[in-house]
Amino acid sequence: MSSVRVLVGTHKGAFVLKSDAKRNRWDVSGPHFGGWEIYHLKGSPADPNRIYASQSTGWFGQVIQRSNDGGETWAPVDNKFAYAGVPGTHTWYDGTPHPWEFKRVWHLEPALSDPDTVYAGVEDAALFRTTDGGASWQELAGLREHGTGPRWQPGAGGLCLHTIILDPSDPERIFIAISAAGAFRTDDGGKNWKPINRGLRSEFLPEPTAEIGHCVHHVAMHPARPGVLFMQKHWDVMRSDDAGDSWHEVSGNLPSDFGFVVDIHAHDPETIYVVPIKSDSEHVPPDGKLRVYRSKTGGNEWEPLTRGLPQENCYINVLRDAMAVDSLDECGIYFGTTGGQVYVSADAGDNWKPIVHNLPAVLSVEVQTLP
Amino acid sequence: MIRVELPAHLRTLARVDGQIEIEVVGAVTQRSVLSALEARYPTLRGTMRDHVTEKRRPFVRFFACGEDISLKSPDSPLPEAVAKGRETFLVVGAIAGG
Repeated sequence: MSSVRVLVGTHKGAFVLKSDAKRNRWDVSGPHFGGWEIYHLKGSPADPNRIYASQSTGWFGQVIQRSNDGGETWAPVDNKFAYAGVPGTHTWYDGTPHPWEFKRVWHLEPALSDPDTVYAGVEDAALFRTTDGGASWQELAGLREHGTGPRWQPGAGGLCLHTIILDPSDPERIFIAISAAGAFRTDDGGKNWKPINRGLRSEFLPEPTAEIGHCVHHVAMHPARPGVLFMQKHWDVMRSDDAGDSWHEVSGNLPSDFGFVVDIHAHDPETIYVVPIKSDSEHVPPDGKLRVYRSKTGGNEWEPLTRGLPQENCYINVLRDAMAVDSLDECGIYFGTTGGQVYVSADAGDNWKPIVHNLPAVLSVEVQTLP
Repeated sequence: MIRVELPAHLRTLARVDGQIEIEVVGAVTQRSVLSALEARYPTLRGTMRDHVTEKRRPFVRFFACGEDISLKSPDSPLPEAVAKGRETFLVVGAIAGG
């Protein structure tokens, strides 16, 4: 019988939540790596028992953990993320040059067909890869060195590479996103990169439609339709139908088009989900109501999903990597909050309930659908 | 033998309990003690000092014989009591937060 395993990264450790396909009763294990920030965990599509976790603190830096048994046991692998060559500078908040310095791994993306190959998005923004199961990491320096790198400027959360999307139809194509540089694409396996930000408009920039400088919060792609991308930008929900070459806004009737997460229904590439947040200065849901918004039309027309979610006095946030979907027949949607709740909907968003109420602030949520 | 005490999170990472004892070949300095620690417990690499520059991480301090020696040269000899194993070389996570 199918089951699901939810991998939750929090401000103070990792948690693994397991259920059968009904998604009613949950077994919760954790905290793993208690006291450490777990920015992200993700399992290999090629071997679901292989899971990688990014563990860090301001005291002791970065550790990468690997599990070969579905999160039951873990062992550290290599944690050396050394920029290639002489890294040079990017642009600091005040506009001055600032040396590239590794701080942490924000996102781990295991390759689609090889459990030993994993991509790591790091702060200060760069893309690394291991091909030996984490025993060593090498930078794909073509991204940072493609030309605009010295002009990249951090967002409020730092200069972080937070989104990595591997194209299942083309192993040479990778999409990434950086706050606040924008989205980028390679079509040759990571050697050469180009910004893909045409159509984005950011009023805080001196040139609102600049080639780079956009605060992209998250990007999602449906594996069955890899040319179509959805983006939650700082402000604006955007859509691209040409693999990022151009974007158009699909915020439509959302109560706020600021937010962090965006994800796509596992079986319907036109059904997408966001969680509107009031503004970049407040970072709470509008009107104290936690509402997921669903569009069944690929954007523009949105409906609030509220059943089972708090509709008064709710002032949490949902961070950029904290929403995921399973691929059971009736698609499950999951998200975690900075208040420590992880919610599940086992019916594509119509009804919600909390799996856990009181975890540390949730930084990331990933779901594995197991046979 | 050099006696070393690690903070709790690093003991967990290295999978050790309590104090540990390590052998240091040659001069006993911050650098040689840390190198010996990292050689025996590779998972500690990068957690106390930078992989490449070997610069101490900002929230990590080193104490010996009741003295904070974090700002001393990493190549200065450690006190004889530490070198002879009578006193412990302490790796401390700074109290920070509030």
